[in-house]
Amino acid sequence: MRKNTQPKAPFLLAITVLVSIFMIAPMLLSVMAGLVNNYSAGLKSGLTLRWLGEVWENYGGTVGWSLALAAACVVGTVLLGVPCAYALARSRSRAAHIFEELLTLPVAVPGLATALALILAYGQLTAFRQSFAFILVGHIVFTLPFMVRTVSSAFQRDDLLALEEAARSLGANFRQRFMGILVPAVFPAIVAGSLMVFTLSVGEFNLTWMLHTPLTRTLPVGLADSYASMRIEIGSAYTLVFFAVILPVLWGLQYLANLIQKRHGT
Amino acid sequence: MKPANAWNPRWRLLACVAPAAVFFVAFWLLPVVRLLTLPATKGWATYFAVLTDSRYLQSMVNTVALSVAVTLATLVLGAAVGIYLARHAFTGKRMLLSLLTLPLSFPGVIIGFFVILLGGRQGVVADIGDSLFGERITFAYGLLGLFLAYLYFSLPRAIATYAAAAEAMNVQLEEAARSLGASRLRVAHDVWMPELAPTTLACGAILFATSMGAFGTAFTLASKFEVIPITIYNEFTNYANFALAASLSIALGIVTWLVLFVARRFGANPVAR
Repeated sequence: MRKNTQPKAPFLLAITVLVSIFMIAPMLLSVMAGLVNNYSAGLKSGLTLRWLGEVWENYGGTVGWSLALAAACVVGTVLLGVPCAYALARSRSRAAHIFEELLTLPVAVPGLATALALILAYGQLTAFRQSFAFILVGHIVFTLPFMVRTVSSAFQRDDLLALEEAARSLGANFRQRFMGILVPAVFPAIVAGSLMVFTLSVGEFNLTWMLHTPLTRTLPVGLADSYASMRIEIGSAYTLVFFAVILPVLWGLQYLANLIQKRHGT
Repeated sequence: MKPANAWNPRWRLLACVAPAAVFFVAFWLLPVVRLLTLPATKGWATYFAVLTDSRYLQSMVNTVALSVAVTLATLVLGAAVGIYLARHAFTGKRMLLSLLTLPLSFPGVIIGFFVILLGGRQGVVADIGDSLFGERITFAYGLLGLFLAYLYFSLPRAIATYAAAAEAMNVQLEEAARSLGASRLRVAHDVWMPELAPTTLACGAILFATSMGAFGTAFTLASKFEVIPITIYNEFTNYANFALAASLSIALGIVTWLVLFVARRFGANPVAR
């Protein structure tokens, strides 16, 4: 038992306790604030679901749109990213290396710059600009490298090369090899990448705030809007909606991903 | 052997990359090239606005200083918590760790709102100050508020990274040092620091980059302390000064990218979370 032979560390313990309070107290505070009648009077004013109801009326639509957008983003990054990851894993040419570097740039460059670039280039196409597709495109550009990197490193496994070679010598064509052998073999990595993409897309604000229009609002955009213009109780209740809707979805997906990892993992 | 299979492997790989490449070129590369050339239309001097105009320079200096301070504070606190959690077993540890890393999925605006709840006009600190000294203390919209907000979104990443790294640390080395009479501080400096150096470099670079570009948090706190993402946003939406917004975005992009690039030269990967 190596853990129990560790000497006591009072200093580290103190920091851990303080940091934990700093991290957890605001979450509890905002949950509480969303459920009381009057925030400045505190718990004495009684509990209510009134603010939650008001939020649902004003902003309920953003929840569905955010989840749909994240799901679409996952589909998009899988369709674009998985073949791309395969090609990058099998090609060690200089061009492939440069392309991989370029693809990762949107992660390093602040979202605000990417959003400005998209607006400057496509802002004039009104139908596109005013649809959710505009936000979706931004999200895919930003999340694609996460999918490609995750899946590409899975494609590089040595046993996979041998498997593919064996299938080829038995006469399987590329489509059969790709869908029958390669994709099932890297499936856990695709799931892990999808989870990452979903999480990033659901919480994305830096790009989305610039790209959204009054008719295309996502949950984080609605949050910012309610914080700026509504009572503190509404803002808190909306934050509570985020916790209540998004976190269970993320936990569910995490659980599913672990399950798949266990079943398909080698 | 069949004469040169119609699908030469080289072409096949190209076909696999093509969809992603077309998408990336159309929706990132070309727009960004456009962004890069835009300031030129207002004269070459526009590119250097961040250096020549004292207001923008101040905003950039603010942002870099704040990001450096937050990164350093986060590394110290994150390392302490990560090492403690990795070394000590207690009930509810997994729960605590998952609560501490939960904010990784929060949008920045929520964290800004947390700081308003703590230090805003109706915040907890204002209430406490009111009942103790008869004065409502508010710090949410100034430098302290921004610092705490940035710290809040940086800590979960650092804690998760250090907890994982500390699990993998060599305990024997430390026991040897201690049995030879090294003090706690000495162990931290001579054993922990070299072992955690690669983690620190990688994590620090990502924390810095994230802080530089953090827009949502600063936006919610609509701060008196101006940071560059807010300056860009104001130039773009309030003054419709596109060329200048582009120029400032380029400056911000260069600083962030450069830090990540240098860190990667020393072996850190920005996309690995």
